[in-house]
Amino acid sequence: MTQLWIIAQVTFREAARRKILWTALLAAAAFLGLFATGVHFQVKDTHFTQIAPLLRSQILRSILQIGFYAIDMLAVLMTVLTSVDSLSGEIASSTIHAIATKPVHRWQLLFGKWLGFAAMIAVYVALGFGGVVAIGHFIAGVVMHGSLQGAVLIYLECLLVLTLTFLFGTLFSTLTNGVIVLGLHGIAFIGGWLEQIGTVTRSQRLVNLGILSSVIMPSEAVWRRASYVMQSSVARTLDLSPFATRSAPSTTMMLYAVVYLFAALMIALYRFNQRDL
Amino acid sequence: MLLGLVKPTSGQAQILGCPFGNVEVRRKVGFLPEDFRFYDWLTPSELLTLHGRLAGLTPAQLRDRVPAYLDLVGLTPHRDRRLRGFSKGMMQRIGLAQALIHQPELVFLDEPTSGLDPMGRHLARDIIRNERRRGATVFLNSHLLSEVEITCDTVVFIKQGEVIGSRDLRSCPEGEVHVRVRANNLRQEILPGLQQWANSAQLQDDRLTFSSSSMDSLPEILRYLVSSNVDVFEFTPQRLSLEESFLKIMGEDQGL
Repeated sequence: MTQLWIIAQVTFREAARRKILWTALLAAAAFLGLFATGVHFQVKDTHFTQIAPLLRSQILRSILQIGFYAIDMLAVLMTVLTSVDSLSGEIASSTIHAIATKPVHRWQLLFGKWLGFAAMIAVYVALGFGGVVAIGHFIAGVVMHGSLQGAVLIYLECLLVLTLTFLFGTLFSTLTNGVIVLGLHGIAFIGGWLEQIGTVTRSQRLVNLGILSSVIMPSEAVWRRASYVMQSSVARTLDLSPFATRSAPSTTMMLYAVVYLFAALMIALYRFNQRDL
Repeated sequence: MLLGLVKPTSGQAQILGCPFGNVEVRRKVGFLPEDFRFYDWLTPSELLTLHGRLAGLTPAQLRDRVPAYLDLVGLTPHRDRRLRGFSKGMMQRIGLAQALIHQPELVFLDEPTSGLDPMGRHLARDIIRNERRRGATVFLNSHLLSEVEITCDTVVFIKQGEVIGSRDLRSCPEGEVHVRVRANNLRQEILPGLQQWANSAQLQDDRLTFSSSSMDSLPEILRYLVSSNVDVFEFTPQRLSLEESFLKIMGEDQGL
């Protein structure tokens, strides 16, 4: 276990030392600054203060949903961009040779790196997500329901994407890996929207297409579940903004996402153990 | 393959008495890859600490050995610089240090001097000799045959994955010796008598050249020449250089 811990530590330190984490956090801070300013102006707007309190609260919650959506998108992108080069890049440059010939099992090498990135993403999601919650609480005066559950689900979505970049990193070059993972996330994204539209228009075919895309890549389904648990019951029925979730993925789909993650990690470990370096 | 980078398609092998897939045995093995690349965001001290920790060194051992091995490869003045700014020679020095910091029993060095300047090559040779004195077995893989000749005890020639020849460079009892003789009174009549020890003898004016299969026969040849009334001014045995042996064993370059 010591070896696993050393690899995880060095991976996390690499992210911090190569300024990957700090740059990503700076980008998130810039977004949160802009978002906080926007929310502040909205709250202080004279016309807005004259709106009925219930409707005002719903509008603010919808704005906060946009904030969560943006943080989710940034977290997924940061996950792919930072981890996509981790395995395939080190294999291509032979950097892995000096480490892999030490008394380290292949699974420790891959899983240690995975843990290092998982820790980095946890910091990012905690700060980004926490920033939006803080803006909601201190500027908008709105307490979001299910924030913790939402944060955990967004983290799960990032881990799914991370695991896929590791899996494809054992099989393909860096560029191909990035294209495949972002392509799969794109399929999930479009499928999620189709399912939403299908729910509103009561088109079962669209809903089925959305479910199929979630089976292929459940990342968007996890985000929609996160979005759903953070919505108020009023918003679930009345909110028609693009960031509101009308069709919440089931608990079974969330379990499927966890199993999907675990299976992808196991295949990645197997593939990495089998391949030449 | 012995270090676990490449998977075998069939067969078995052992390293230090353990099956070569054994990870724990790598605590006793050091390796400097040919295409060495290290995390360039680390400093040399951090890199040695990382590799030492992975090899199982304790914090106390690391406190002693990291500065000692930085000193050994001459990188102490650069210990706090990031590797990103290092030249190839400096990277090779830190590569040697990471391969040796856990004091392995078996060391594989793949072209360890290819990026080094003459001072660096001299240092690398000294380090390899010290490792030998410490009791380690060092495998030096190199195309720089002059380096191999200076550094190694035994050389093995490998062609297309097969061992096709070897030479003991310490005593070198085997191997053809070329002898150049400069003398007066050299005559054709002495050549048949030489054939019992020497072959391909050639006589031209005051110069005689021949080959002998063994160094041991040279005193007898010299006595024979003197007893044949040849006035010997020069008798110079020349061993085949490693490069000549290499070319002889490997044969003509067949092209790519």
